[in-house]
This record gives sequence, structure tokens and C-alpha cells, in this order.
Amino acid sequence: MTDISEAFVTALHLLVSFDPNLIEIVGLSLRVSLSAVALAVLIGLPVGAALALFKFPGKNAIVVFVNALMGLPPVVVGLVVYLMLSRAGPLGVFGLLFTPGAMIAAQAILVTPIVAALTRQVVADLWVEYSEQMRSMGAGPVSAIPALLYDARFTLVTAILAGFGRASAEVGAVMIVGGNIDHVTRVMTTAIALEVSKGDLALALGLGIVLITISLGINAATYTVKQRAEAVWT
Amino acid sequence: MNDATPRATTADASMSRTARASIMPLRVEDVSFDAGGKRLVDHVSFELAAGPRTFILGPNGAGKSLTLRLCHGLLTPSTGRVVWEGASPNEDPLKRQAMVFQRPVLLRRTVAQNIDYALKLHNVPPADRPGVVDDVLNRTGLARFAKSPARHLSGGEQQKLALARAWATKPEVLFLDEPTASLDPAATHAVENIIDTMHGEGTRIVMTTHDLAQAKRHADEVIFIYAGRVLEKTPADEFFSSPRSGEAAAFLEGELRW
Ligand SMILES: Nc1ncnc2c1ncn2[C@@H]1O[C@H](COP(=O)(O)OP(=O)(O)OP(=O)(O)O)[C@@H](O)[C@H]1O
Ligand SMILES: [Mg+2]
Repeated sequence: MTDISEAFVTALHLLVSFDPNLIEIVGLSLRVSLSAVALAVLIGLPVGAALALFKFPGKNAIVVFVNALMGLPPVVVGLVVYLMLSRAGPLGVFGLLFTPGAMIAAQAILVTPIVAALTRQVVADLWVEYSEQMRSMGAGPVSAIPALLYDARFTLVTAILAGFGRASAEVGAVMIVGGNIDHVTRVMTTAIALEVSKGDLALALGLGIVLITISLGINAATYTVKQRAEAVWT
Repeated sequence: MNDATPRATTADASMSRTARASIMPLRVEDVSFDAGGKRLVDHVSFELAAGPRTFILGPNGAGKSLTLRLCHGLLTPSTGRVVWEGASPNEDPLKRQAMVFQRPVLLRRTVAQNIDYALKLHNVPPADRPGVVDDVLNRTGLARFAKSPARHLSGGEQQKLALARAWATKPEVLFLDEPTASLDPAATHAVENIIDTMHGEGTRIVMTTHDLAQAKRHADEVIFIYAGRVLEKTPADEFFSSPRSGEAAAFLEGELRW
């Protein structure tokens, strides 16, 4: 018991003294997850909007597929990205394996379906309501896309926050494709896994506190955005 | 009536109006519309000339809203065609019309932004838009709501906003689907005044209503639709004094069964 409370005190000390090791890990985690979310938004918003607005053969299958991808296990994504990026894999020449780039790619694959699926849902619902009015004002589905994304902005922000939550909390994918190399690819979740297995609880606890804070922050932001949207716009 | 024109685009709009021929007349040729395996609009033909206010009357489910949508170009006819005689072949005639729906559809933005967006779609330059927005809001009595979320307005105010948004784009033809259906007498009067003003400015009015007193006050001609067919198209005073079809007579008596 004293072990744990000692570790907790040390953890707090690491946090308030901005321990360089801890800061480096947190910084890399944020860099990787934010980059992955940015990529996911770049791909997921247009894909989601296109799935919502256009009819094409195989569309329903793609919608089901994208929805299913939302629940993809991170370790499976890690494994697939590993196979793609490994020396013998199709993308092996880029030498990305065990770099932050590989981790960004893996997390982007985890987050993109969330952004795409939720974008599709909210844009499709809006389009049911808006399409006749938009057409009457002279806008077809393509020219209406910016307006639809703008009017769906609150829901989209919550989707993006959910994506960031998934990216920053997952451990399986970054562990496999990043390798948890000190000073190179060590992020919060992989560091926690390692430190706990080594029996060094202080750093693990410190990072755990940061992760919980981020998670709380995401939920608070989501709640605030929803409240505001419901109060003002719907 | 020139002073009733939204300010900032007066010059360009009147210029474009004189530069282009009117898109009228509208010819509806043998138009049918099928959905769900049923013929809902059944071989309808009529012609609307520039000028008068046309009221489309008929019982619930007769096909009035569908007919408006077919004319406006929101629905594609299953048979026949809708021809705007004055439109040039390479333009979308829909851009020169507007429609106010039975249930107003407002964007999740402020009142002013709703109008601004319609102006943007009509290629009004950004610098000219605020003037038009202010003007149209003043004329419709909505100025104090300019910065409110549009969907916070009451039903009547939302209907006025839908009308203001249509007005701002200076349509040559305005279709209105029961624009006063859920309004109190004062709001009904206000909406009727706006429609009259637009008519005075040269906008061709085509609307439906279940308010026969309103139709008597404002209609110049009546198209009576029953079970998806046009039973008559008559000058309004004639329609109300001596309708040609038995169905129209029964409708006016309030005895028509659907
Ligand atoms: N997409 C559709 N699929 C099947 N039936 C439809 C569709 N749209 C309209 N209808 C039917 O077509 C008929 C005419 O509809 P419409 O909305 O034009 O009636 P209306 O004359 O405007 O009636 P109201 O006075 O109640 O507004 C109705 O019976 C309606 O149920
Ligand atoms: Mg109707």
C-alpha cells in the first residue's frame, strides 16, 4: 500500500516539476494523435459527406463497412499497418515502421471511420430536411456540401473529439507499429504498459493522470458543445 | 412600386430584368407524376401567363403541393413536361424562381445568415448582401431578430423569414404552398401584404391555400385540382360565383368528400 502511495506522490512530483521525460512522452502522444485526427478529418469529412449525398453502386455495402470499421480492434489495425510497412510489405520502401509516422497512420485508420460514419449520419439527416429548399435556392448536393458541414458543425466537433479520444487512449496499434522505443516512439499508453510491467509505478501513474485529464477534457468539451448546440441551434 | 425594391441590388436586378426576357409564360404539358405505384398527378395541362395571381385550390391530398413542386422543377414529371417559354436553353429556370414551403425549412444559423446564404447562392456579391438582408428584414418586421437563431422563431415568424429569404433573391415567379396555414390573423395579414408588394414589384405569384376568404381577396385566377386532375382554370370571380365543375361547387360549399 505504501508502495502505491509513494508512487502516487512521485507521480505528482513528476507532473508539477514538468519532468522532461514525462513531457517528452506526453508531447509525442499529442503530436501523434492530433496528426492522426487531422488526417482522419481530411479524409473522413469528404468521404462521409459523399456517402450521405450521392447514390452509387455498392454504396450501402460501403456504409455498412465504414460503420463496422468504427469498432475495429486497435491491435488488428496495428498488425495490418505493420504488415504493410514492414521491409517485405508493399510500403516497406518508405522505412516508416517504428517511426511516429507509422503510429500516425495506424491511428488515422482507427479514427477515420468514426469521423466518416458520424459525418455521413449527420449530413444525411440534414439533407433529408434541406434538399428541397437547397435545390429551390439553386444549390445541388455538391454546392450544398460546405453549408451542410457548417450546419452540422456541432455534431462534427463531437465526432472529432470522439476520434481524438479513441486515438489517444489506444495502445495496441501504436505498440505494434511504433515499438515503444524510448525517445522515438514511446507514447503515454505504451509507456504505461512498459513501466507497469517493470514495476515502476510512478511514471505510469503520472502518465495515467494526464490521460484521465485528457479524457475528462474531451468529455467536458463534448458536453459543452452539445449543450450549446441544443440550446441555440436545433 | 420601385421604392419597395430591396435597396442594394435595385440597379443590377432591374438591369438584369430588362436585359433578360421574362421566363413566363409557363406551359405545363400533359404532366403526370407517379410515386409509390400510384398516379398522384394525372395528365395535367395548363398555361400561366405573366401577370395575375394564380391560386391553386382543392381538397387535402388533391395534388396541389405536388403540382407546385412539378412547376418549380423540384420533381421530374413521369409524363409530359414543364416548359418556361422565356427561359434560354442554357439556363436553369429554377434560378429565377423561389418557393415558400408549407413547412419552412431554415438553416441552423441566424435569421440574417439564412437570407445571406440565399443571396450567396444567387451570386450577389458579398459587399451588397448586408444591405439587402437589412432591407428585407425591415420590410418583413424581422429586423429585431436578425442575430437570433432562425429556428428559435415562432412558426409565423419562421414563415415570414422564409418569405423574406425568397423576396431577397427577387424571383420572377414565387410559388407559395399554404404560406399562412398556421398563422394568426395579424401574421396572415402581414404575409398577404408582403405577397401583394412582391406582386406589385412584378413577381408572378402562384400559391395554394385552404383559406377561401384569402383566395377571394387575392386571387386573380383559380386552378381547381381534384384527385390529381385539373378540373378547371377560371378567373377568380367566376370561380367563386359560378364554378363549372360539380366538384368545385361542392368544395366551395364545404361538402366535398375526398
Ligand atoms: N412521395 C410520395 N409518395 C407517395 N405518395 C405521395 C408522395 N407525395 C405525395 N403523395 C400523395 O400524393 C397526394 C397529393 O399530395 P399533395 O401533397 O400534393 O396534396 P395537397 O393537395 O398539397 O394536400 P394538402 O392540402 O393536404 O396539402 C397525397 O395523397 C399524398 O399522400
Ligand atoms: Mg399540400
